[in-house]
Amino acid sequence: MSFPLLTATAALPAVGAVAVAAVPAARRTAAKWLALLFSLGTLALAVTVLVRFEPGGARYQLTESHAWIADFGVRYELGVDGIGVTLLALTALLVPFVIAAGWHDADPSPDSGGEAPAETKHYRWRPTQGFFALILMVEAMVILSFEATDVFLFYILFEAMLIPMYFLIGGFGDRAHAQGEEAAATQRSYAAVKFLLYNLVGGLIMLAAVIGLYVVAGSFSLGEIAAARASGELEMATNTERLLFLGFFFAFAIKAPLWPLHTWLPNAMGEATAPVAVLITAVVDKVGTFAMLRFCLQLFPEASKWATPVIIVLSLISIVYGALLAVGQRDIKRLIAYASISHFGFIILGIFAMTSQGQSGATLYMVNHGISTAALMLVAGFLISRRGSRLIADYGGVQKVAPVLAGTFLVGGLATLSLPGLAPFVSEFLVLVGTFTRYPAAGIVATFGIVLAALYVLVLYQRTMTGPVKEEVRSMPDLRVRELAVVAPLIALLIFLGVYPKPVTEIVNPAVEHTMSDVQQQDPRPDVEAAK
Amino acid sequence: MSASAVHSLWTTAAQQPVDSIPAPHIEYSQLAPMLIVVGAAVLGVLVEVVVPRKARYHSQLFLSVTALAAAFAAVVGLAATGHGTTKVQIAAMGAIAVDGPALFLQGTILLASLAAVFTFAERRLDPRAHGKHVDSFVAQAGSVPGGEGEQAAVRAGFTTTEVYPLMLFAVTGMLVFPAANDLLTLFIALEVFSLPLYLLCALARRKRLMSQEAAVKYFLLGAFSSAFLLFGIALLYGYAGSVSYARIAEVVDGSVRAIDPALAQTMGNDALLLIGGAMLLMGLLFKVGAVPFHMWTPDVYQGAPTPVTGFMAAATKVAAFGALLRLLYVVLPGLNWDWRPVLWGVAIVTMLGGAIVAITQTDIKRLLAYSSIAHAGFILAGVIALTPDGISSVLFYLAAYSFVTIGAFAVVTLVRDAGGEATHLSKWAGLGRRSPLAAAVFAVFLLAFAGIPLTSGFAGKFAVFKAAAEGGAGALVVIGVIASAIAAFFYIRVIVLMFFSEPKPEGPTVAVPSPLTMTTIAVGVAVTLALGVAPQYFLDLAGQASGFVR
Repeated sequence: MSFPLLTATAALPAVGAVAVAAVPAARRTAAKWLALLFSLGTLALAVTVLVRFEPGGARYQLTESHAWIADFGVRYELGVDGIGVTLLALTALLVPFVIAAGWHDADPSPDSGGEAPAETKHYRWRPTQGFFALILMVEAMVILSFEATDVFLFYILFEAMLIPMYFLIGGFGDRAHAQGEEAAATQRSYAAVKFLLYNLVGGLIMLAAVIGLYVVAGSFSLGEIAAARASGELEMATNTERLLFLGFFFAFAIKAPLWPLHTWLPNAMGEATAPVAVLITAVVDKVGTFAMLRFCLQLFPEASKWATPVIIVLSLISIVYGALLAVGQRDIKRLIAYASISHFGFIILGIFAMTSQGQSGATLYMVNHGISTAALMLVAGFLISRRGSRLIADYGGVQKVAPVLAGTFLVGGLATLSLPGLAPFVSEFLVLVGTFTRYPAAGIVATFGIVLAALYVLVLYQRTMTGPVKEEVRSMPDLRVRELAVVAPLIALLIFLGVYPKPVTEIVNPAVEHTMSDVQQQDPRPDVEAAK
Repeated sequence: MSASAVHSLWTTAAQQPVDSIPAPHIEYSQLAPMLIVVGAAVLGVLVEVVVPRKARYHSQLFLSVTALAAAFAAVVGLAATGHGTTKVQIAAMGAIAVDGPALFLQGTILLASLAAVFTFAERRLDPRAHGKHVDSFVAQAGSVPGGEGEQAAVRAGFTTTEVYPLMLFAVTGMLVFPAANDLLTLFIALEVFSLPLYLLCALARRKRLMSQEAAVKYFLLGAFSSAFLLFGIALLYGYAGSVSYARIAEVVDGSVRAIDPALAQTMGNDALLLIGGAMLLMGLLFKVGAVPFHMWTPDVYQGAPTPVTGFMAAATKVAAFGALLRLLYVVLPGLNWDWRPVLWGVAIVTMLGGAIVAITQTDIKRLLAYSSIAHAGFILAGVIALTPDGISSVLFYLAAYSFVTIGAFAVVTLVRDAGGEATHLSKWAGLGRRSPLAAAVFAVFLLAFAGIPLTSGFAGKFAVFKAAAEGGAGALVVIGVIASAIAAFFYIRVIVLMFFSEPKPEGPTVAVPSPLTMTTIAVGVAVTLALGVAPQYFLDLAGQASGFVR
């Protein structure tokens, strides 16, 4: 038996979480370094997976399969395709940056003197250790969910990752808050509960569909079900397939999030610290869009085609509505959240356009959105931690005081609006082309999203960074070395993938071919006659 | 039944020569679990009489733990020698069934009781009274609350060690209940475990009036339900001419039509069967706490001493669902077209009712009570499946649920302020900051109640929903899922309160318990996580145990 590389990639951060949680209360710095070390180790393993993965090889590679709960027909089955391996690498890449960016986010607040309250001496309250352990725990679950080829295993992770995420949102917030600590805590726990309930409801609806799938198919194995469907052994009644599809899609649409199920995201991203917000939108939410590709299209091809018109309309609404609301935001983090909703609309549009450019573009979009949002959000977090306010109106003229901060913020913003030369442009272009070849009208509507993106990003930059220097930002320090070390590699990556996206597309394209053949779709032929 | 018929019955009986009454044949080894526990209970009563007051606590605790452990060993022995699978049989002249479900449930009840008895014996939580360690039970049950007699008893350092034999008697009844193979044994077992529980409920050291009120409510409503059950038994006897499960099942199937001359007018009368069966169901649904027979649950859970609540919530539910399963699967399967729609309705209102009403609760014990109602609904969904998978999923759910429950109530006993246990939810604010460990453990239990994956609650819920879906109750699964979502809301609310609220200045503290309660809690957490991550072994066990003997 070969070395279980995929299990190891997921197990390492889990072990790290336990190790970090066990660090004694006084050794906060040690806990941070340990967390960073484990996340870098995971990155190394992820790179190994990437290297071992052969783009032209079998559909699922590095597979592992072990008996788990025979009574439920559940096996511990792992395997990655091109899409899974890309997102796995993205996750492993982003988490070290998240940890480094959140270095001081969970330090005990200075007003409590850095000491736990006296009566709790017996059991020490250790927020720092908890913060980093939870991040690693989320990483472990997300990575394993990208690898799972058993529906039940995937479902378990899909649900279980909510719990550490919930504690990350509810337990840790920005230090300074305009309305005071009390109000901040209330809003934070509101956001955490909203996040959890939305996703839990989605997950429970999916549970009903998971059980239904088992009753119909008698198996949870993705490979087995797909093979049985392809060979005609397993026939689903049209209505059954549609209901099951809806059960799955509902959960993924909440996670992704798709309009009108998106309302938890601005709350969660607004109240969480910037690194946690990155974790939500760049890492955890990708599980939703990934699962649409892997589970919805593969297990329920007919129903997917049936639902396509509605989903395309919903994703168009997401694109335009998210962008419009982003324009109107007064809060920097909520603005980025609405921008993300708009971008998730593009991703879902690309997936359900059912063209190979669309789906390759959507996968690439997931990666690029992860990196660009991380860059923008983390710089925004650095900015907010300096001034202690999330309101755009509280800033002005920052580029004169902190030019590097402003410059990196601009690059992150330009990536968000898909400036040619930066990575998101390639994916957005692919999605639009892929959509246009099949649904020209949808492609046209979606382009409005780009126009609006330019508006919200540039207005945000103009209001915060340019103009006369405000009194409160006059003494604002520029990016520190740690902060620069977080942002610089992300920006370098954005430029690199913007110029040369081939390494990613090469891995993704064969997987997209498989998915296209699952839904029995071919790309529409370019037809010159019809275009006239 | 006419007077002459009764007369003929009597005269027939009188004409039998005395020596022709056969000596009952009792399979002592198969009945060992029950015999050990009832023997220990009787010994426990003697201990109260013979052993000096000082030594009673230790001897009672030793006796109870030994008896429960020995009984569990006997269950394991029986199961290992195939009495649950290949050598199932009906023992004690047709009164007791020794089969898979019976042994599985008896094992569960015994382990749960073992975990609960440690919380009974906890004496470090309450502050010492006049230099003596005290437990959660009243100093002298007969004294008037707040009166001089009570003060004198407290000064003298009395403790109510009678709780141990009472608990053992209750366990005896619970062991017999799911194994009962005729209706009379069923009724006797019901009374044997109910009466000690009524008493135990009244024995709280703090908030005595509330405790006594709970006991009275429980007793009155319990007496009603017993009456229903008994009336149902009488009607079924009239219908089948027998109280034996197998015999009634045959008459229901129509495979036997041998009319007893004395019952010629009533036998085979469907009205008797339907009304009798319905009354029997009512009696059992009362004990499992299903809506609309759930009214007692919140009051009794809140008023009873918390260790008793934990014991009762876990073990009673196991025993009652065991009896319900046997009744529906052995006696009345031929009637399933009639009882399934009814239980569908009961399951739906139980799931939704429990979950919705729980949202408004402000007391942690009442909250857990309503949660237990919702769980009864989920289990009913598995019962309705009427397949071997249905049996095994219910068995698994019960085992998983009982350890979560006992663990959760054990944590409740730790959170205390000057007035004893601080059960009002507002007092739990910020508990996660004062004592992260206790709050984290309680959060694990809450997540298990909510059915979050990687806890035993999820495995159990998945098992029953899967069985229900395969048994053709897909709609029930959807409603169950919705109820789970509603229920998740209030479990999450408690977690929010514990972790995200600021601690109140005069909030409760978490007492450091003795190793006894720690063991209970540790076992609860271990079982919760083990059954969540690797449930296969126990699912296998439940699967093997899913055959009822007829």
